[in-house]
Amino acid sequence: MSFDIDVRRRIGDRTIALQFRTGPGLIALVGPSGVGKTSLLNMVAGLLKPDAGHIAINGTTLFDSAAGIDVPVAQRRAGYVFQDMRLFPHLRVQANLLYGRPKSGSLAFSDVVRFLGIGHLLDRMPSTLSGGEAKRVAIGRALLSDPAFLLMDEPLSSLDPARQEEIMIEIGRLRDQFALPILYVTHSPAEAERLATQTIRLNV
Amino acid sequence: MTWLPTPEEWGVITLSLQVSLIAVAAMLPIAFGLAWLLARRRFPGLLLLETLVYLPLVVPPVVTGWLLLILFGANGPIGRWMLDWFGITLLFRWTGAALAAAIMAMPLMVRAMRLSIEAIDRRLEDAARTLGASHWRLFWTISLPLALPGILAGTMLGFARSIGEFGATITFVSDIPGETRTLPIAIYAALQVPGGEAMVSRFAIISVLLSLGALLLSELMARRFTYGRAVHVL
Repeated sequence: MSFDIDVRRRIGDRTIALQFRTGPGLIALVGPSGVGKTSLLNMVAGLLKPDAGHIAINGTTLFDSAAGIDVPVAQRRAGYVFQDMRLFPHLRVQANLLYGRPKSGSLAFSDVVRFLGIGHLLDRMPSTLSGGEAKRVAIGRALLSDPAFLLMDEPLSSLDPARQEEIMIEIGRLRDQFALPILYVTHSPAEAERLATQTIRLNV
Repeated sequence: MTWLPTPEEWGVITLSLQVSLIAVAAMLPIAFGLAWLLARRRFPGLLLLETLVYLPLVVPPVVTGWLLLILFGANGPIGRWMLDWFGITLLFRWTGAALAAAIMAMPLMVRAMRLSIEAIDRRLEDAARTLGASHWRLFWTISLPLALPGILAGTMLGFARSIGEFGATITFVSDIPGETRTLPIAIYAALQVPGGEAMVSRFAIISVLLSLGALLLSELMARRFTYGRAVHVL
């Protein structure tokens, strides 16, 4: 079992209530905008606190309102690939990639850089990157932080079809090569069909 | 009329620079702390603190000087305490001129810094936290560098304001040649003396150049460090 999630959170005048348990691999969360997919990722990362419930990943409890457990964001080891990338604008690509890197990371820097094909970008500032390049750097930064799991929020959004195909291939390889649980948010059933080990449909 | 300042006039210029630089350097961490507090914290008394910080901007400078006199004078609560414990007084000293300049520069410094702290994209800070950054690491590596344009611009603005400070200074520390006679006070004194026009012109030109330089530098630095974002500090 990788993700064991049961959370409730009120946002404005609506309530997000989600409950699921998954096997290993890439878990796609599919549903229309506004159903609370990003809010769920934020709750798993610790950026948004659920009103009640629990979140456990690979047997490690990150949040449990009944037991009073709420692991701080910085200690959750989430590899979060944000929809809007959020590369640090004042740091070069290399510094962005190394930002979350612990002293003894399990992945070699050069391996990740080669895996994502971003070796030629290391000296660039984020503002000079194209959408596809920035997305790859964001994925690399998350991978290099030695994450216990990955959270990917619409990683193909704002990319043209050719880039989408490239990134999709990379995510597929990532799913197969690194044994990391991945929570993958998308509004596209086709994307989920192609990448997901298991798909969870969310409805309003 | 010669355009070069006399040795005595150079003394005025260096004193002015000394007073302004010390004032801004001492106020820098305080202003940043206040700006951070006003931008990021919500607490009872926030509005009061905000009002106090911006007060020197709207109160006549002479009144600010008079308040400093009451607080830091020989019989003032702070002045007496400083005299009793450390044997120092700011009254009629260049250090007092620096204090007056710092207080007058504070609102402009805090305002510029606060705007740039508020302009920091909080989502970037969230991203850094998911990458394992501690509070301090987050502050030093993300928040502070992103607030840098405002910090630099605020510092330069504060410096320009300090160079021009007159009302609070003359009220608090009076006009003592070589000790508290800064550029604006020297200009005023020279105007009172028959035949002092040449000195006034020289001082006026130097004042304008210094302030202009500080403003230009602050604008250039704000542009250099904004990484493509638009940050307006004025």
